[in-house]
Amino acid sequence: MQFPVLSVIVFTPLVAGLLILLLPAERKTEVRAAALAAATIALFLSVWVYFSYDVAAGGYQFVEKIPWLPALGISYHVGVDGMNAPLVLLTGIVMFTGVLISWKIDDRPREFFAFLFVLATGVFGVFVTLDLFMLFFFYEIAVFPMYLLISIWGWKETREYAAMKLTLYLFIGSVIALVGALAMYFTSGMGTFDMLELQKASFSVGFQRFWFPFVFFGFAVLGGIFPFHNWSPDGHVAAPTAVSMFHAGVLMKLGAFAALRVGIMLLPEGAKFHMGWIILLALVNVVYGAFIASVQTDFKYVIGFSSVSHMGLVMMGFATLSKDGLIGSGVQMFSHGVMTALFFAVVGMVYDQAHTREIPRLGGVRKVMPLVAIAFIIGGLVSMGMPGFSGFIAEFPIFMGVWNTHPWIAIVAAVSIVITASYIIRVIGRVFFGAIPVEFEGHFSDVTVLDKVALVFLSAILVAIGIFPILMVPMVQSGVNSILHLLGGA
Amino acid sequence: MISTNFDPIMFQAILPEILLVVLAGLALTLDLILPSERKASLGWIVAGGSLLILVLSMTLARPANQGELLWGGMIRFDWLSFIFEMVFIFSAGITSLFAMGYEAFSRRGEFYVLILVSTIGMCAMASAADLVMLYLAIETTSIPLYVLAGFIVRDNKSTESGFKYLLFGAMTSAVMLYGLSLLYGFSGTTNLYGLAAGVQNGHIPIVTLVGSLLLVLVGFGFKISAVPFHFWAPDVYDGAPTPVAGFLSTASKAAGFAVLVRVLLVAFPAIPRDWGAIAAALSVATMTLGNLLALTQRNIKRLLAYSSIAHAGYALIGVVAISQLGVSSVIYYLIAYLLTNLSAFGVVAAFGRITGSDEVASYDGLSRRSPGLALVMLIAFLSLAGMPPLGGFITKFFVFAAAVNSNLIWLAVIGVLNSIVGLYYYLTVLKHVYLYRSEDEEKPLPLPRSYVIAFAVLTIGIVLVGTIFAPWFNWATNAAMAIF
Repeated sequence: MQFPVLSVIVFTPLVAGLLILLLPAERKTEVRAAALAAATIALFLSVWVYFSYDVAAGGYQFVEKIPWLPALGISYHVGVDGMNAPLVLLTGIVMFTGVLISWKIDDRPREFFAFLFVLATGVFGVFVTLDLFMLFFFYEIAVFPMYLLISIWGWKETREYAAMKLTLYLFIGSVIALVGALAMYFTSGMGTFDMLELQKASFSVGFQRFWFPFVFFGFAVLGGIFPFHNWSPDGHVAAPTAVSMFHAGVLMKLGAFAALRVGIMLLPEGAKFHMGWIILLALVNVVYGAFIASVQTDFKYVIGFSSVSHMGLVMMGFATLSKDGLIGSGVQMFSHGVMTALFFAVVGMVYDQAHTREIPRLGGVRKVMPLVAIAFIIGGLVSMGMPGFSGFIAEFPIFMGVWNTHPWIAIVAAVSIVITASYIIRVIGRVFFGAIPVEFEGHFSDVTVLDKVALVFLSAILVAIGIFPILMVPMVQSGVNSILHLLGGA
Repeated sequence: MISTNFDPIMFQAILPEILLVVLAGLALTLDLILPSERKASLGWIVAGGSLLILVLSMTLARPANQGELLWGGMIRFDWLSFIFEMVFIFSAGITSLFAMGYEAFSRRGEFYVLILVSTIGMCAMASAADLVMLYLAIETTSIPLYVLAGFIVRDNKSTESGFKYLLFGAMTSAVMLYGLSLLYGFSGTTNLYGLAAGVQNGHIPIVTLVGSLLLVLVGFGFKISAVPFHFWAPDVYDGAPTPVAGFLSTASKAAGFAVLVRVLLVAFPAIPRDWGAIAAALSVATMTLGNLLALTQRNIKRLLAYSSIAHAGYALIGVVAISQLGVSSVIYYLIAYLLTNLSAFGVVAAFGRITGSDEVASYDGLSRRSPGLALVMLIAFLSLAGMPPLGGFITKFFVFAAAVNSNLIWLAVIGVLNSIVGLYYYLTVLKHVYLYRSEDEEKPLPLPRSYVIAFAVLTIGIVLVGTIFAPWFNWATNAAMAIF
């Protein structure tokens, strides 16, 4: 039997989390070391899976299938294809850097890492599972630790409100999608939750059109789609740094990915029918998110709304149901994940020093933290879609896809690039350049080595994908081909 | 089918009950002969005895796949009754472990005897196939529970609780008895399976039939604390000693479901629409009202009381589905719920016995004061909220699946919306445990060894039920096939 690498990736965080809970509470260094070890293993294995995926062969690889409840056709069935392999890698990256960034957490680090790792198991599980039941199982596992992580270690001002809001939004979305999934299961009459089988179920067009919105929006809530995006900036801002990174970097992809896998791939006729107006919602996300971001004075809210805007691009790419759009969305999920993790890491580092996130009060951060400034600028260039960075590789195909299907929407959406550039440049100018305000004189100091490792790591990935798109695009393309096949196109 | 000659199966059928009587007798005898300083070990004996009964019953007295009517048609020996019996005995054992932490009754043999007698009644409820037997079983269950709820005679709240439970119980059981006598009067038989034939051939007018069924449902509704027969639950749970409240909210409720499922599905399969509509209304009212009222509770026992009302509503969804999957899902639901709620009440007992407070606000800072207890509470509450990988998730999933399967999508939607409300108040409690600070954080919160064992068993059980579905589901399906 082949080494069950995906299962090891999925369950390493969970096992590590349980082991960490067994350590005595006061041994904080050991707790951190154990967390870092587990994150390193997960990162290493996800890199290994990513690079040993055979793009030429395509399809699902590293497949494991264990019948779990044969009576109802539930199986533990995992595998990666071109669409989810980058997301597994992304999760490994964010988990690893998240642990590095969280080294400073001093309040109950044991519980913090345990909950964070339960979350990571849920995320890995959703990305690799090929069973509809297991998808919900892991999805819920990914949602509830967020509540604890935000409400316990979050920003004191808004954490209780934001944590509850986030949890309820996401839970409502998932249970509504759950009813749709049950309807699929029983209507198919196939007695299986295996998504590869359910793809072959020929649901009637009426059924697909009726249930698609429930399933798609149920998950897209977590993807931050307008008008259900409201929880996300609040949640980002209230969360501690590592959780913001996880949240914006990985969890929002979880929603988008599940909407793709369950919504579009299982109900393609429904997708074709509804995407005409969903693309308008995505357009609102893109433009409105960028506008709101540009008027925020809180550094973290700027990034929070920029996530809403960028996730709108992902949804927009999905909504084109075209090859270019889907490839762009696939890359964008990865690129935005790394970029936004970088952004939140920077915001956290600045906040730790200045104890404020008000942009007008900040300034001159570059002088004490040069590396942080460089990292933010790289992230900013990615965010603007500058050629040579991963953002370009992602956004260009999305705009191509949109232009081919809805030219007017592409034109309106392009406005967002300008707005994004304006707020990113404003933040760079205000926060990182200029003079250090008098009140912070002498209080600033540079970040730790671990922080630097995390920043360099994240930045390097963004540049690498930008310069060598071949690292990712062919893989995503192979995943997209199978989606197009389901959609009946070439 | 009714065998009257001697047959080993007749003893197999009542082996758990026989052993429970022996254990109760042993507890009573030991209570007399043991010196008072050694009586603390009574709880260990009862818990160990329960475990032994479980093992013996499972090895010696497993029913055949085909159920059988025994003892003159009084009881039916099948998987449905067997699984419920195992569940009751398990919770009796756990309850005695929790009882050991309380000075007021840990050394009182009669406490354990009452628990065991009540358990015997529950076992008889699960297997009763005759209206007379059914009524006897319900009373055998209830009367010890009235005493247990009011066990701490010096505590006004406890005596009030026992008295209130008695009044409500007596009232509803009188109504139920009236319903049972009408059923007998119209059909001429007290046997459930005979009754089914009477209903089938249509000699009984439908109005009278539904009317008598409604009266009977009053009694069952009281047992499972379904709205509008739920008023007793918060007051009784609040006043009763916490381990007793835990026993009431789990085993006693599960016993109510056992008779509900059997009576409705065995005796009235001919008129599913009529009672299906009634049960659907009960289910919606029960989960909605239970959840909404739980939102405003400040006392954790009252909160758990309303939450347990809401859970009765979820479980009723599976009954309303009127399908094999529905019954399996109810049984699976009850197994997970029983483990979870016993654990939740155990935490309340462990906390209340030291601090003397059941206010939610007094749980502030618990995660710093006792991280282990906080974790047990986290797992129990998240399981109640229906989060994976815990038992509450998968069982809610099956209940909703059963509803969708029977084309009751609207009911599944009401169920999922309710579970969101539930999530809110469970998380609110956890916020006190994990987020808020208090001045008592440094004070110790010792856990007796019996509690540690009980929590370990329950927590592992919650996770096992929530991850390894197949054996539990197959059990539940076996039980459901005893009816379908």
